[in-house]
Order: sequence, then structure tokens, then C-alpha cells
Amino acid sequence: MKDVSFGQYYPVSSFVHRVDPRLKILFLIAYIVAIFLANNFYALGACALVLVLTIAFSHVPVRKVFRAVRGILFLVVFTAAINVLFNASEEVYWAGPAVYWKWKIFSVTQAGIVFSAFLVIRLVLLVTFSSMLTYTTTPVALTDGLESLLTPLKWIRFPVHALALIMSLALRMIPILMDETERIRDAQKARGAAMDEGNLIKRVKAMIPVLIPLLLSAFRRADELGEAMESRCYMGGKKRTKYKKLRFTWRDLIAFLLIAALVTGVVLLRVYVGAFL
Amino acid sequence: MNPFPLRGLPLKGAARGRPPIITIKTMQITAEHLTYVYNPGSPFAVKALDDVSLTIEEGEFFGIIGHTGSGKSTFVKHLNGLIRLPSSQKHYKKPKAKKGQPAPVEPSLKVGEFDLADRKTDFRALRKKVGMVFQYPEAQLFAETVFDDVAFGLKNFEKDLKAEEIEAAVKAATEIVGLDYAAVKDVSPFDLSGGQRRRAAIAGVIVTKPEILVLDEPAAGLDPLGKKEIMELLHRLHRDWCRTIVIVSHDMDEIAENCTRAAVFSEGKLVCALPPKELFLKSEELLSLGLDIPLTAKLCAALAKRGVSVGCDFTVDGFVRAVLGAKGEKR
Repeated sequence: MKDVSFGQYYPVSSFVHRVDPRLKILFLIAYIVAIFLANNFYALGACALVLVLTIAFSHVPVRKVFRAVRGILFLVVFTAAINVLFNASEEVYWAGPAVYWKWKIFSVTQAGIVFSAFLVIRLVLLVTFSSMLTYTTTPVALTDGLESLLTPLKWIRFPVHALALIMSLALRMIPILMDETERIRDAQKARGAAMDEGNLIKRVKAMIPVLIPLLLSAFRRADELGEAMESRCYMGGKKRTKYKKLRFTWRDLIAFLLIAALVTGVVLLRVYVGAFL
Repeated sequence: MNPFPLRGLPLKGAARGRPPIITIKTMQITAEHLTYVYNPGSPFAVKALDDVSLTIEEGEFFGIIGHTGSGKSTFVKHLNGLIRLPSSQKHYKKPKAKKGQPAPVEPSLKVGEFDLADRKTDFRALRKKVGMVFQYPEAQLFAETVFDDVAFGLKNFEKDLKAEEIEAAVKAATEIVGLDYAAVKDVSPFDLSGGQRRRAAIAGVIVTKPEILVLDEPAAGLDPLGKKEIMELLHRLHRDWCRTIVIVSHDMDEIAENCTRAAVFSEGKLVCALPPKELFLKSEELLSLGLDIPLTAKLCAALAKRGVSVGCDFTVDGFVRAVLGAKGEKR
């Protein structure tokens, strides 16, 4: 549980930290689009380069960044395995047999290896870049950015402000609930609960003494928070002003140019180089 | 000639002509140079414990006093291995001595026969001997009935207990905490009142008869009557159930009234560990650490200002006796 660092702000000051949150959200979307447009390794390399630059200019320790990947390690390994085993295509990418091993419907082929390597890189880039957003942006800034980006939806009477509030509260509660989980885990471990032993079913069963108290306390917290907000006359989005107005600066321009270059580059590579290698 | 003619025979020491080796297993807690850093190497790094050396004897009713963030909870979590010493963790590297400096002292912690600095220690066996009641323990209740919740720890620690044995242990534990076993055993713990829930949670910890019982702020958030009842419960437990009791508390009256000895923590360091009688003589030092002093100590100080000096052990009874004694002298 301690290793889930997804969605935790890393409090240092850096270039990336100070980029406008609205843009950062758009950049994340653009980056995801770029990753999915990328259909060869050069394009993926460009995406990775942008990620490396982002990390370098964010002052977030690399170890911390890759902890986010550890959270989806199972997913990554699973996806890779499925893709290697079930890809029967006999395309050849390098000298050597196209099919290394075959048994019934399972096979290990060159195409399978290439394809799953591609997917793994995609997944890792995706998760790492997304976690960079939460590492470098405070939940408050993130919600402000999102609210501002979603403003057009207000015309169709979509409760943008409520959505933004729900988001920021959810983000805010992550560390609190993690602390709470830690506390309850400790309490149950002190009563001899075996949390990290046995097979999967045993482990899932061992979670029950943690999950039930956790859910209860989450509900209690939600109630208390609701009451606290009401007692301070919270009325939702109408006529609320902002403490911090968002403004674009030269940093935003540089970041924008970088992302724009990435997307353009990826599109060009897609058109002129084609799929894979 | 075989110099050890009896070697290999299944005889006790006495039969070999030597006095029998009697190992008295006392559950003494010995901490030496205990140091702990939260989130080492990150901007959140906090030194929670700094070179703490402390011994808690078996049979004590030990108090731990300190501010929020003074390291008292961290210390207490070490006692049953919820926080491991660095040397008991995987991938541990011994710190190297720098040139011209003595080798760094390694923290050590022993609880009875358990060496907590050793990775091979059976931490589950340790947790059976050292019961831990966290702050607001009612937050750990989860089962459908009080019986199941109290039995949870027991079933975890001892896999092959018969149903009757479990029932007997649960019954004894619920009764000693002052709950009516027949009335509560099939009730959901969430239907109990606040005070009852706390008792049920404590029963869930003591059901395994731990030799050391550690409680973090056992009376927090209770009304005065509830506090009194919890302290009475702790004395009952100390007398009949667990030999050593360690409580973490903010309430100095509670410490003065109940503890045989108390340790003061401040900013991760151990300031002192003394019986209340001596500890609260240092009222000024405690106040300068931002801690409170018991009402009896305040009264003693107020009396001293008026020229009446009463020496007492800072319990209410002791104070009254001392005051009456001083009055008698004046007559």
C-alpha cells in the first residue's frame, strides 16, 4: 500500500511545476494522443525524449517517478505476456526464424515480441507522464485548470464546478485514506493478521479486516466534510471568485512549443516512416 | 577416555553434576540507540526517533509522555515490530565507519527473548506477546459480531484451537473489559455505544493474553467517567492479565495517578524516564517542553508560593495526605 504514489504532489519548485495547470492538462491529452498516434519506435523514442526532458526539468527524483510504474507492473507484465503468446503473425523483423516456439494456439513470434515491447513502452510512458502531472501540480491547481478547461460545458448546464470540486476532494482524500489504511493495517497486523503471506485468495481475504473499517471511516469523513462545508455556507459555483487567477507566461510558451513539436514529429513519422521499425 | 561420559544422554543439567540452567524469561524491554527516520532521502524526511535508550522492566505500569510528533508513537510501534529496525530488514547494509571515527553504534531493541534487530525473529510470536491497542481502537472493528471480532486475533495467532477454547478465551476477555458476554457476543460491534466499542476493541487485543500491553492514548475522546473506567480497566488488566502495561498519554493526571515510571519524549529524543514522584519535581522543564503538569503539581507549586511546601508523590491521595500533614505541623 505504501508504494502507491499515484496522485501525490511532490513539493519542490521547478520549471514544470510552474507551467499553467490548464496547459499541463492539455499537454497530457496531447501526449496521450501522440503516444497512440506513434506507430513506430522512432516516434515512441520522441515521446520518451519529451518524458525525460519533463522529468529532468521537474526536480522530481527518478526513483519516485518510476514508483508509479511499479503500481501497474502486474498489468504491464500481463499485457506483455498475452501479446507475446497470442500473436501468430509471421512477419520478420530481424534475421532469424519468424516463429520461435509454437504449441496449440500459443506461439512466440518476432511480431509478438515487437508488438508487446511496443505496448509495454506505450503503457509505461503513459503512466509515467500522467503521474508527472500529479507530481508537479497541486490538487487545487489541477482542479482550477480542469474547471477552466471545462467552462464551455456550462452552456449546456453541466455542473462543471461540482465536478471540479468532487475531483479535488477525491485527490485530497487519497493521502488521508492511505494514512488511514496504514493505521488500520497496523492495528490488524498487531492482532496477528497476515497481510503479505499466502496465495492470492488468502491475501484478498486478509484485506477484509482492513477494507471494512476503511469504508466506514470514509463514509464518516464524507459526512463530516459535508457538514463542515454546509456550516460555512458553501453554495457551489455561482458567483464564486478565484483566489489565484491563472495567467500564461513564457514557460507555458516553451512547454507548448515542445509538445507541439512532439505531436507534429509523431504525425510526420507516422506518415513518412510507417508502422514499426 | 571419554571426557564427557554422559554426553548425548537425555539428561537435564542437574543430572550431569552441574547446577540446572534456569532461564528466567522476563519480558523486559531494552532499547539502545534506537533511531528512526520516516521517508529517508526525500523532502519529507523526518527524524522521528533519535538515539533513544530506554529499559522498561517487567511488571511496570509505564507511561510515555510527549507532544504530537515527539516520536512516542514511533517508539511504541517498534515494540511489536510494526516498525522494523533497519538491521531486521531485507537488503540491510551495515553502515561503514568513516576514517578516524569510531564505528557507528547500531540500534538494538530486545523484548524478552526476542531480538528485534534480527531478521530471523518470529515477529508473529512477538506480536502475540506484545499486545497493541492503537489510538481510537474502535476503528479496527470489522466483524459481523463482537464474538468474531474478539476471536479474530486469537484465531490468527493460534491456528488449532478448539471451539470451546476460543469461546472460553473470548468470554474471559469480554468480561474482564467489563462487557456482558451473553448480551454482546452476537451483536454487531457497530451497534455498541462508543465506550463499549472501545472495550470490545481492547478485548480483541488482550484475548491472546499478551505479556506486555501497549496502549496509545487509551482514554482519548472519552468523557470523564469513561476515562476513569478505562483506567480502572487497565489496573484490572495489570493485576490479573498482562504483566507489563505501557501507556502513551497526554494526560499528566493520568500518568501521575497510575504509572510506576514515565518517559518523556521530545523531538525524537528521550528526555528522561523517572517515577512520577521525581518526574513532576521537574515541572519547569516539562513546561518548557510545552508539556502540561498534573493538577497536584500545580497545587504544590501554588502552595509553595504561599510558603507552604508539601512534598508528595503527585497522586491525589498522596497530595491530600501531604497537605493534611503540613496542616498538622503548623498546628
